[in-house]
Amino acid sequence: MKRLSRYRRHRAVAPLLLIFALLGIGTTFQVAGAATTAPMTAAERTAAIEEGKELFLKGCSSCHGLNAEGGAIAPSLIGVGAASVDFQVATGRMPMADMSQQAMRKDPVYTDEQVAALAAYVASLAPGPEIPTEDMLNYERDGEVAEGGELFRTNCAMCHNFAGQGGALTQGKYAPTLMGVEPRHIYEAMITGPQSMPVFSDKTLTPKEKLSIIKWIKAAEKEPQLGGVALGRVGPVTEGLLVWTLGLGLLIGIAVWLATKAK
Amino acid sequence: MSARERIAGNVANYVDERTGAAAWMKKNLQKVFPDHWSFMLGEIALYSFIILLLSGTFLTFWFDPSMREVVYEGSYEPLNGLKMSAAYASTLDISFEVRGGLLMRQIHHWAALIFMAAIVVHLLRVYFTGAFRKPREFNWIIGIGLLTLGIVEGFLGYSLPDDLLSGTGIRIAEAIIQAIPVVGSYLAYFAFGGAFPGEVFIPRIYTVHILLLPGIFLALITVHLMLVWYQKHTQYPGPGRTEKNVVGYPLLPIYMAKAGGFFFIVFGVTALLGAVASINPIWLYGPYTPGQISAGSQPDWYMGWLDGLVRMAPPIEPVIFGYTLSLNILIPGLIIPGILFTGMALYPFIEQWITGDKREHHLLDRPRNVPNRTALGVMSLTFMLIALINGGNDIIATHFDLSINQIMWFSRIGIIVLPPIAFIVTKRICLSLQRADRELVLHGRETGRLVMMPSGEFVEVHEPISPEKAWLLTQHEQNAPLELADSDARGVRRPGLLKSKLRKRLSVAHAEQVAKPTVADLKEIEHH
Amino acid sequence: MSKEIEAIQDPGLPAHKLRQTDIDPKAADRAERQVAILFLLSALSTVLFIFSYFFISTETFIFIPLMGEQNAHQLFLGLGLAFSLLFIGLGAVHWAKTLMPDHEVIAHRHEFRSPDSDREDFIKVAKEGAAAAGLGRRSLIKRSMGLALGLVGLSPIFLLRDLGPTPGDELKKTSWKAGTRLVTDPGDRPIRPEDLEVGAVAQTLPELAPGKDHRTLNDIGKDAVLLIRLRPEEFNLDAERLSWTYQGIIAFSKICSHMGCAVALYEQQTKHLLCPCHQSTFDVTRAAKVIFGPAARPLPQLAITVDGEGYLVAQAPFNEPVGPSFWERSA
Repeated sequence: MKRLSRYRRHRAVAPLLLIFALLGIGTTFQVAGAATTAPMTAAERTAAIEEGKELFLKGCSSCHGLNAEGGAIAPSLIGVGAASVDFQVATGRMPMADMSQQAMRKDPVYTDEQVAALAAYVASLAPGPEIPTEDMLNYERDGEVAEGGELFRTNCAMCHNFAGQGGALTQGKYAPTLMGVEPRHIYEAMITGPQSMPVFSDKTLTPKEKLSIIKWIKAAEKEPQLGGVALGRVGPVTEGLLVWTLGLGLLIGIAVWLATKAK
Repeated sequence: MSARERIAGNVANYVDERTGAAAWMKKNLQKVFPDHWSFMLGEIALYSFIILLLSGTFLTFWFDPSMREVVYEGSYEPLNGLKMSAAYASTLDISFEVRGGLLMRQIHHWAALIFMAAIVVHLLRVYFTGAFRKPREFNWIIGIGLLTLGIVEGFLGYSLPDDLLSGTGIRIAEAIIQAIPVVGSYLAYFAFGGAFPGEVFIPRIYTVHILLLPGIFLALITVHLMLVWYQKHTQYPGPGRTEKNVVGYPLLPIYMAKAGGFFFIVFGVTALLGAVASINPIWLYGPYTPGQISAGSQPDWYMGWLDGLVRMAPPIEPVIFGYTLSLNILIPGLIIPGILFTGMALYPFIEQWITGDKREHHLLDRPRNVPNRTALGVMSLTFMLIALINGGNDIIATHFDLSINQIMWFSRIGIIVLPPIAFIVTKRICLSLQRADRELVLHGRETGRLVMMPSGEFVEVHEPISPEKAWLLTQHEQNAPLELADSDARGVRRPGLLKSKLRKRLSVAHAEQVAKPTVADLKEIEHH
Repeated sequence: MSKEIEAIQDPGLPAHKLRQTDIDPKAADRAERQVAILFLLSALSTVLFIFSYFFISTETFIFIPLMGEQNAHQLFLGLGLAFSLLFIGLGAVHWAKTLMPDHEVIAHRHEFRSPDSDREDFIKVAKEGAAAAGLGRRSLIKRSMGLALGLVGLSPIFLLRDLGPTPGDELKKTSWKAGTRLVTDPGDRPIRPEDLEVGAVAQTLPELAPGKDHRTLNDIGKDAVLLIRLRPEEFNLDAERLSWTYQGIIAFSKICSHMGCAVALYEQQTKHLLCPCHQSTFDVTRAAKVIFGPAARPLPQLAITVDGEGYLVAQAPFNEPVGPSFWERSA
């Protein structure tokens, strides 16, 4: 009996741990939303540009150059626009933690006001894409979910996967997951083309189409698990893993019990 | 005689007078089946097949195998108003409009994955224990046939819903057909009724998926089981078990209760997976169109190794006399799988040729006692595993912070280097285990108790092992390599010398072993 | 080598050990109750199944720890079915293990080879049969029958001929012609060069021919084109290929030259295109030269320019077949 119970425990532990790991992958996570920028008056804007310049000199200029002209390791920021700064800094990608392949989403270093100031400063250097206003981002009103899905599959799914879970690019780069990303940041990413991502111009992918895409992403994010644990929504790989661990593990475990003599 | 007994007797009499079944039943209800968990693996496959038939039949009641374009107007909001094929729309309907439809779809798909996994594990059990040896070569070949057909059948099922993922799979299958030299483009046009994707492919593979292949499956499985029944099951070695007998439980009642119960268990576990874990969420994939693609497009696991091989293939595509030969597709997509499966099917005959053993075998081998076969098996598994890993390299890359290029290079080099290493290591391990067995028989079990000798030296007390255990460890045969003369009595070289030399070398490698202890060895130890 | 005479002897089948349920009637009763409980649990699960089918709406969602938000209808229907089956199985096996007799039985094997007399008789019968039919003597019959059977076996192959048309040169053609506008997919809007910023991509298709209101998947499977805008100085092209671009805008077939997946993963920084199916990587600055992976050919490049109204159009059809290779591709 003792030998048998030890055997059972041994059989069950590995598959169970794996299931927990898989469940972990399956559960989506929430990221606290950041407040959006409010419109500014001219005076406020000048003050913000000044503040932004200070912040820039302290936190960004060592890589991007004293006048944001770029350096050996970082691109020029002239003409990238406020949207680009807002996306990179408010999602925590900039400043980078280390010189890795790609800047990752993490907790932002700067407060919302500081991000707005930095954005105002960089935007003052040369015109570039603006931060979309709250009204421009009303995807619930202006977007169309099914059309958004079709657009997503044509323009986004090849990198970000069919359900926006992210995917691999070359040489260790990757397209990040879109789950839990602010609509504003999704929009900014489309108009500025951060890092590996290309730009999606307003003429080839209209603002309304962009909102439809955001609406679809948000629907996918909120979609309850219709058929059970979603297994990360990455397709057949995790399904195969589950069959070989939980499925076959359970069946072989029961077969062992079945063929053991009763005491 | 009670009324119930009288009725039962009448029924039995009625049937027997018309079929003479009683004599057959009398004998076969007492049929003996040896009990071991590894003998249930084939049953998992068999029961999964039955589950597939049942759940598949349910799905056919609603599935519309047509590529006709329809506009979706169902309850799944994110696809509403989109154009799609009737096949895809009806699969959505099964998932969202039919109560229990999604459950049955998921059970069907999980059962397919379990079916294939069980076939593979069953095949490994048969291979590593030598159960394919005479007289069971026919069943081995049928088994390889079932495995091959299972891969095809699974792929067709995966393709039927016509979602973005399965359409991508069909696209790749079409490219493989198109790459066949000389006739490729014609075969592709015939299969698809014109250009890819056309409008006939789904209805055609539907017929193959639900009629043709299941029919062949049923026939092959029937023969497979009849041969098991007629030839009687193999058994593991042990006290009282010989080549001439089979030790186990009678069909009625024990085996019937266990095997029957196990069917419900397999069905229950499959249904459990279908209840708690999502599989093939086609509503998220979207309808198929050739202009779209998703990151991480993968086949189901049993095709993953094939995809992995195709991914790692070098970009060779020579143009010979103006004709294109797509070796980058043909080698990983057709030639290597062809060699692997042919080799697998022929293995019983190859081993017979090497050992020259023409006798029947009903006692299974312990894998360590046939180091060469075990090592070859582990070598092939290593090959498959590397291919399979490369088939999921993009998912692995994103989840373990690696680069697809690194994994690809690891696989490209690993698939050549690692299998031979696996062979050598496995063979060494097998021989070490044989040596350990020999030690155990000769010197007994280490008890962990230390005794101080009069000289002050400590020795560990060894306990002799039971006669049953000693028998288990020494029951195997130890056959010498084949003796093949290079020249005949008059010193003339025999014809086919090269073949004979190869056979001799293989035979020597196959017979490499640690001498098992004999009674004489034991006595010698006792005298010390 | 083998010393069969001296080998350790088979001690024979070990003695049968009695189970708890064989010795102790209480244990047997307990086992009986356990089996009954398992069967009853199965019956209860079927009730759960029926209840879920009729009374849990498909719109109900509940939160399950570790699993997250789940559809209650699907989950409980499935669990009901699973446990109703599982408990029958567990009950039956537990019954067999604890209460059915567990004496091991020995059956004897017989050799499969038929006795020599039977074999001889068989050969005789077969030979006699063949002789009676005259197979050996009447070679004319034998040969003509072989011919007839061989030919009749061919008929199904002929019947399969009409499965599809022959490819002709269809695999080498697309809908692109000189002057065909590139339009967005989806949306069908023509594109001007100034619509695309540097670093932008656009998924495009050829505009619908006049009188056509519909694209088939067959068309999309050959016509899909990816537009990418770079800085013109980033190109590393020969003069001809450079003339196929327009102000830094370059167009490639989106259908992979390896196995036909849609190649559209464009990395703006490295200017590489990656196919997600088999990870072939193409360098956009060098006319989609293959720099990694199994693809052997660059993606076909579409020569583009602008028309009188300033919209992007094809200069000419593709100069090579798009999509995966086939035998007569370069013929």
